[in-house]
Amino acid sequence: MQKTLFDKLWESHIVDSIDGTDILYIDQHFIHEVTSPQAFDGLRRRGIPVMRTHKTLGTADHNVPTINQHLPISEPMSRAQVNKLTQNCDEFGVELYQLGHEKNGIVHIIGPELGVTKPGMTIVCGDSHTSTHGAFGCIAFGIGTSQVEQTLATQCILMNRPKTMRITVDGKLSKGVYAKDIILYIISKLTAAGGTGYFIEYAGSAITSLSMEARMTICNMSIEMGARGGMIAPDETTFDYIKGRERAPQDEAWEKAMGYWQTLKSDDGAVFDREEHFDASDIAPMVTYGTNPGMGIKIDASIPEVENIESFDKSLSYMNFQKGQSLLGHKIQHVFIGSCTNARIEDLRIVADFVKGKRKADDVSVMIVPGSKQVEAQAKEEGLDQIFEEAGFELREPGCSACLGMNEDKVPAGEYCISTSNRNFEGRQGPGARTILASPLMAAAAAVSGRIEDVRELIH
Amino acid sequence: MRPLNNIKSTAVPLPIEDVDTDQIIPARFLKALTREGFGDNLFRDWRYNNDNTPVDNFVLNNDLYSGEILIAGNNFGCGSSREHAAWALGDYGFRVVVSSFFADIFKGNALNNGILPIQLTADELDSIFKAIEKNPKCKFEVDLKEQSFTVMDTEEAFSFEIGSYKKMCLQNGYDDIDYLISQKDKIEAFENLQIMY
Repeated sequence: MQKTLFDKLWESHIVDSIDGTDILYIDQHFIHEVTSPQAFDGLRRRGIPVMRTHKTLGTADHNVPTINQHLPISEPMSRAQVNKLTQNCDEFGVELYQLGHEKNGIVHIIGPELGVTKPGMTIVCGDSHTSTHGAFGCIAFGIGTSQVEQTLATQCILMNRPKTMRITVDGKLSKGVYAKDIILYIISKLTAAGGTGYFIEYAGSAITSLSMEARMTICNMSIEMGARGGMIAPDETTFDYIKGRERAPQDEAWEKAMGYWQTLKSDDGAVFDREEHFDASDIAPMVTYGTNPGMGIKIDASIPEVENIESFDKSLSYMNFQKGQSLLGHKIQHVFIGSCTNARIEDLRIVADFVKGKRKADDVSVMIVPGSKQVEAQAKEEGLDQIFEEAGFELREPGCSACLGMNEDKVPAGEYCISTSNRNFEGRQGPGARTILASPLMAAAAAVSGRIEDVRELIH
Repeated sequence: MRPLNNIKSTAVPLPIEDVDTDQIIPARFLKALTREGFGDNLFRDWRYNNDNTPVDNFVLNNDLYSGEILIAGNNFGCGSSREHAAWALGDYGFRVVVSSFFADIFKGNALNNGILPIQLTADELDSIFKAIEKNPKCKFEVDLKEQSFTVMDTEEAFSFEIGSYKKMCLQNGYDDIDYLISQKDKIEAFENLQIMY
């Protein structure tokens, strides 16, 4: 029988089943400071070890400052939480890239860049954007702290198998349209709950033509339509990205791995529970206008005139937008370029390429937070830091930063931030903050003029 | 985990759709190292003003409404995987959440913490909101064994689905982890057969 890639990988990781719930074996577990302390406490209470320390990797990212990382963290609770991660990893023998380490960074950025993330794996982390790793042809998804504890203790979790959905995007992308626009467009069509219960495979020529960085942006936001994860079958682009990375297989092991990885695709004729098709030429630069990522429009469209839905009205009232309004030319006060969605070197290059020789608007603050120490180092090596400095963009140290407002990087109440992150929920970037999600290029353009721009009119 | 079998309680209505976990518990309150105490900050930014005074018209600040059951709009618990959302609801005193749709990760987190997510149809949800509107002290009965949710004022009964394994866990207060640990031999046998690249 023809099978989907998802079903093949899922089935090859089932240890056993109980009443339709599978015991799923996990090949790689990433942990961070916010969702792990209670899980380690659970192990301590039971007096059991981490079952497979070499399949577990930690990093501090959510609750860290993005300046002065060489100094002790000043906020006491954040300091305690980050220190707790270090203590737990020491005590249980888990490898950790702690704050300031040359390989530290956002968990979903460092996994791929170190070559830890490899095709065919099952990957979990106590973070919903674990779906990012699906770009390598993995089953990767976010879990809660109880499941973090289960994975630490048994290298398995109990899960019901999700349904499968294939989203095919064919055709050629227009100028100024990036992976972020593709995924915001898809979510705007399928809604913030439209993928719940499904695991997505993205396919089609517009997807396979993308770089690994761009594919990660797409898979990253699968959760924003409720899907547990999203994956893309590995191909030459994937293999080229992995080859030579620190933890990639070498020599003979590489050849063996390739022999397996090249088989990882959905069979011709495999049946998905649901299929969606989009045409790449329909996609334009996107912005969100509301308080969930499904509330997105093309930059030249107007906010829809939805009637009699209380939640819709509440959302527009929070954003202080009106039905029928265009966001083009709308003033913004803050620009955030960062997060596990868009803080890879390719994102920073796109921004630098646009702002080279330009300067930010006077009344706008611009923060660029690289996804990892390695991204930061690479940006400096390429001289991007100089371009940012001359443009008045502040290049900070890595972390989740203003994506979720856990640390001091917040947007003040009532002010607008165009953000390359993944969620525009109420208060996500700070109490009362108004978030407009967009691509790095859209964010860079808004930084320069202080207003939301249509980048298609600004690039040649 | 505390077992859950039969609950008779009034309910708190929250007829808002797409309630995300950042609303249930904002990220700035995720710095704690234990599972306790999150209830104080449940729905923090809807419940309190910036100066920490209660927002008058928010339902948790309205004495008319109370109980162990939260009735919420469609797609409850979307967004972040933070289990702190389930801890906050439990710590506040909710044992059951009813909606017409739940986000996946939240649903799993709730079940792992002895909170029962009950999914009903949009029409059934609507009739519950109406019953509370008519009588804020209307009681509801959750019978996990029978998988039924009853509006006691009207005696309307709705049935709901739950997997037999999770049902057994809730009824007995079992964690998944106890079960997984008991399967360790099978897991190790699986590992021995697995080829890793």
